[in-house]
Amino acid sequence: MKILVAVKRVVDYAVKIRVKPDKTGVDTQNVKMSMNPFCEIALEEALRIKEAGIAGEVVAVSIGPAQCVDTLRTGLAMGADRAIHVEANRDLVPLTIAKIMKKLAEIENPGLVFLGKQAIDDDCNQTGQMVAGLLGWPQATFASKVVLDKGKQMATVDREVDGGLETISVDLPAVITTDLRLNQPRYATLPNIMKAKSKPIKKMTPQDLEVDVKSDVEMVEVTEPPKRKAGVMVSSVDELIDKLKNEAHVL
Amino acid sequence: MTRAFLLRTLTKKKQFHVSTAPQPHSISNLSRFLSTLVLAEHEGGSVKPPTVAAVVAANAFGEGNSVSLLLAGSGSSLQDAASHAASCHPSVSQVLVADSDKFAYPLAEPWAKLVNLVQQRGEYSHIVAASSSFGKNILPRVAALLDVSPITDVTRILGSNLFVRPIYAGNALCTVRYTGASPCLLTIRSTSFPVTPATTDSEPKKAPISLVDLSNFEEDSINKSRYVGHSTQDTERPDLGSARVVVTGGRALKSAENFKMIEQLAEKLGAAVGATRAAVDAGFVPNDLQVGQTGKIVAPELYMAFGVSGAIQHLAGMKDSKVIVAVNKDADAPIFQVADYGLVGDLFEVIPELMEKLPQKKMN
Repeated sequence: MKILVAVKRVVDYAVKIRVKPDKTGVDTQNVKMSMNPFCEIALEEALRIKEAGIAGEVVAVSIGPAQCVDTLRTGLAMGADRAIHVEANRDLVPLTIAKIMKKLAEIENPGLVFLGKQAIDDDCNQTGQMVAGLLGWPQATFASKVVLDKGKQMATVDREVDGGLETISVDLPAVITTDLRLNQPRYATLPNIMKAKSKPIKKMTPQDLEVDVKSDVEMVEVTEPPKRKAGVMVSSVDELIDKLKNEAHVL
Repeated sequence: MTRAFLLRTLTKKKQFHVSTAPQPHSISNLSRFLSTLVLAEHEGGSVKPPTVAAVVAANAFGEGNSVSLLLAGSGSSLQDAASHAASCHPSVSQVLVADSDKFAYPLAEPWAKLVNLVQQRGEYSHIVAASSSFGKNILPRVAALLDVSPITDVTRILGSNLFVRPIYAGNALCTVRYTGASPCLLTIRSTSFPVTPATTDSEPKKAPISLVDLSNFEEDSINKSRYVGHSTQDTERPDLGSARVVVTGGRALKSAENFKMIEQLAEKLGAAVGATRAAVDAGFVPNDLQVGQTGKIVAPELYMAFGVSGAIQHLAGMKDSKVIVAVNKDADAPIFQVADYGLVGDLFEVIPELMEKLPQKKMN
């Protein structure tokens, strides 16, 4: 079985982002970029399934500008066998990404497609569900545990839902999106980083895959959220209770 | 863009009306243009509060919007929920009920097919769900089947196709215009659309309830997933997402045993309990209590954070709270930058003192 993993290059999760003064977006020039944390978890899970002998090959995919190759190299250094880079120089909406993933799934014919549950830049939480919908495959979103039954061609997945955990089973092929608690992604070691340099990255374009790059969502402006007014420091519990009662009126 | 979108949609509607029975003349073009389907989540015979928030949000699209609620499930609790849905908000004009074993559990595959079927018959201009795990699981799949881009976690509605949503963990607000074909699909952040208590209406309005005809419901892809089980944390405390007061503990609690202090304080205040990712990962509390970018988004009247440093990802889930109180040993903790009232101190001393001095509150 082959596993396809989608990974996205995003502004590093620890960076305090800056909104551009002209309100056209968030400043991503000279900002540290990394693999989206949920994508790391997705890739880690795919690698563990391969190491358990259930999958034969892990293929990492990234869609976006030339620098996505760095993200793919990181994925290869973690242990992915090969990578596909679909080069696109404008921001793509999740629907377009999903269409590209669908085409790739038809070409590669994987048993599983792993994605993170959301990208920490656009916070959309859509792509995996849309890939599953387009392919007509079952979906298991927000996974915190994945157990594969190779004989029955089935995955049993614990999902993090409001109010607890839900367990579902899905027939393969399926799309799984990963939540934070699924696993602890490994670090790439130096020898593996060196090895990754010789692993193949196939270049494609949306046109090669006959996917029309268009957007039906127009970004009008990006602004900073309203600032909270400065708070006060209190010196004792008594003062705190007094303020909450008589100033904020919340007790 | 807006105009073109409107014209295109109206033309499409016109064709629809030519081919079917004509509508009464009293309905204006505008009201035909605005019709919203809200995907309803229900439990124990009533519609969940976030669904009512989605109905409130639907009213912001414009005048003359007709709001239909879609419920699916099976059995008597579905009928009870439908009857609750019919009177849960005065602007609900219709309740659609899909009663079948296929919907006994909220699996994405049958739900997405169902919404697609209902959309083909109703030609709604908008389809809305709350940004709960239910809505986030189903709505994007529906969007893919309809070949449109959905819009996630909308916090403000500026018009029928103009929305504001947070990006980068709430550190930026993005205004987006939907320019695609009808319907426009969105999930809404329920804390941004508060449900105001019913006005003095003596007789609550009851919307008509009708069953969805499932005779030509396609089954092809829907048996590929099955519900196995569910584990919930039974709790007497109010729901985290809608509580008036939230008391949250972080890594500094040090153990699950110590975290009980947070629970006791919450009980005293009639509050819900929240936690940071660190507290969840350390096993102090179950994951469904996590507040933040990847957990729950809350906006209570009072948010009390104990031993919480205030990482970007945590702030994303609570910084719209009305009043924020932070207690932390570290005077430089980022949480103090968003706190209205900060107290530098050891939570193991502060919490017992609060327990002793706070007035007892009823559970709400």
